[in-house]
Amino acid sequence: MKMLINVPETVVADALRGMAAAHPELTVDVENRVVVRRDAPVAGKVGLVSGGGSGHEPLHAGFVGPGMLSAACPGEVFTSPVPDQMVRAAAAVDSGAGVLFVVKNYTGDVLNFEMAAELAEDEGIQVAQVVVDDDVAVSDSTFTAGRRGTGATLFVEKIAGAAADEGAPLDRVVSVARQVNGSSRSFGVALSSVTTPAKGSPTFDLPAGELELGIGIHGEPGRERRSMMTSGEIADFAVHAVLEDLRPTGPVLALVNGMGATPLLELYGFNAEVQRVLSERGVPVARTLVGNYVTSLEMAGCSVTLCQVDEELLRLWDAPVETPALRWGR
Amino acid sequence: MLDADFFRRWMAATAAAVDREADQLTELDSAIGDADHGSNLQRGFTAVAAVVEKDAPATPGAVLTLAGRQLISTVGGASGPLYGTLLRRTGKALGEDAEVTQDQLAQAFAAGVAAVGQLGGAQAGDKTMLDALLPAAEALALSFRGAADAARAGAEATVPLLARKGRASYLGERSIGHQDPGATSAALLVEALAGTAQDGGAEA
Repeated sequence: MKMLINVPETVVADALRGMAAAHPELTVDVENRVVVRRDAPVAGKVGLVSGGGSGHEPLHAGFVGPGMLSAACPGEVFTSPVPDQMVRAAAAVDSGAGVLFVVKNYTGDVLNFEMAAELAEDEGIQVAQVVVDDDVAVSDSTFTAGRRGTGATLFVEKIAGAAADEGAPLDRVVSVARQVNGSSRSFGVALSSVTTPAKGSPTFDLPAGELELGIGIHGEPGRERRSMMTSGEIADFAVHAVLEDLRPTGPVLALVNGMGATPLLELYGFNAEVQRVLSERGVPVARTLVGNYVTSLEMAGCSVTLCQVDEELLRLWDAPVETPALRWGR
Repeated sequence: MLDADFFRRWMAATAAAVDREADQLTELDSAIGDADHGSNLQRGFTAVAAVVEKDAPATPGAVLTLAGRQLISTVGGASGPLYGTLLRRTGKALGEDAEVTQDQLAQAFAAGVAAVGQLGGAQAGDKTMLDALLPAAEALALSFRGAADAARAGAEATVPLLARKGRASYLGERSIGHQDPGATSAALLVEALAGTAQDGGAEA
């Protein structure tokens, strides 16, 4: 497959160099792979650090800035970063008020952040962790790796980031992050496979005329394959799967997310269907975000994430944010 | 007796084996994972072979501890901490002796494997690297070759298993019928150990 790259080995470093050039408001350490908001550490503020494999852009580095993450650690494509990166990020953003690690629930991410938390604490940094696990396509049991962290990561990073920017102490930021994760569910659909630069050919075969339901964000195949469905049918299926699990009793935030290769024209059309299903099910929508935010390289497809919000979470969602990929209110 | 040089050669042999089999590991990983196991381990063990050559630690324990730390700092994903912990804890269990017996290695390796189980929360039969490592650890007290054979048999026996840990577990039933990439790379590590023993005349 053709890719806009030099060689597979340098894709992450190349992207970071480009990010540094485009965003002087961020400190981009290309060699050590840490992206930090330039004014860090902010006195008295809890630091928010996230990270994960590359290939999900703008997640996470695109969400670094006032009102959201303090720092991000990009790993190799679809591979968790290493503890050294997270410790470096924690040290860069800690003002003495502590640091929250936002971790997507994948074995690799959990293990590396766990090791990093221990090392950072050895250096005298107070660290808390919140694991995001919102993907209803994975059955949650103690006998599996548990639910994957997907679209809800954006909600957690935005809302907990707003709380931290207001000066909330670490335990409060942690409880906000946990509340957001606990109130969020996602479901994803792939219309095409995904090609990592290292492999150069699709991770799985998805014949024309078929789609994959319940995919994650790493090209790992989903749970079920069906004949191609219309946007309306996919919305029925995905929103139903989310609501069955979430059972909201109040208004929700809706993220209608593209996997990378699906045009906004299709995503907005899909959002119309998502809103139709929510309206039919009597679920009020407080805010909607449509776009490519938690992606899987060049995969075609989409995911739906819903987060039930109370007035406080909605206020924090609406609070100003100023990052490369999300900005409003300033 | 096995000296630090033996352990450096083991790491170099593992790097060569991972290099040779990287595409195969990635192929297995694309069936039930995310198609990066080969390239991740290649990056890791290449760095390991280089650092143990450069720093030339004086004891077997120090070689493996350094190798493990290097993997943790280089690989990422789940395999970085898991393989890193395997080597680091095996190295720590070897202590500071300048030379160790095969029996000492067998016991230390068993401690390393136990640490992997603890970190990842997996057990035998979960379709993970432990399915190659556990039988290898058991056989290692008797013979290097037996350990390598046990690891390979364990990796091959993961084909019909249902994955319960790691990324393959998201597939549920669809993970059945594929050989686990982690168990396959673990078998390479043990095969490299047996090969090193054979070349050095340490085969028991």
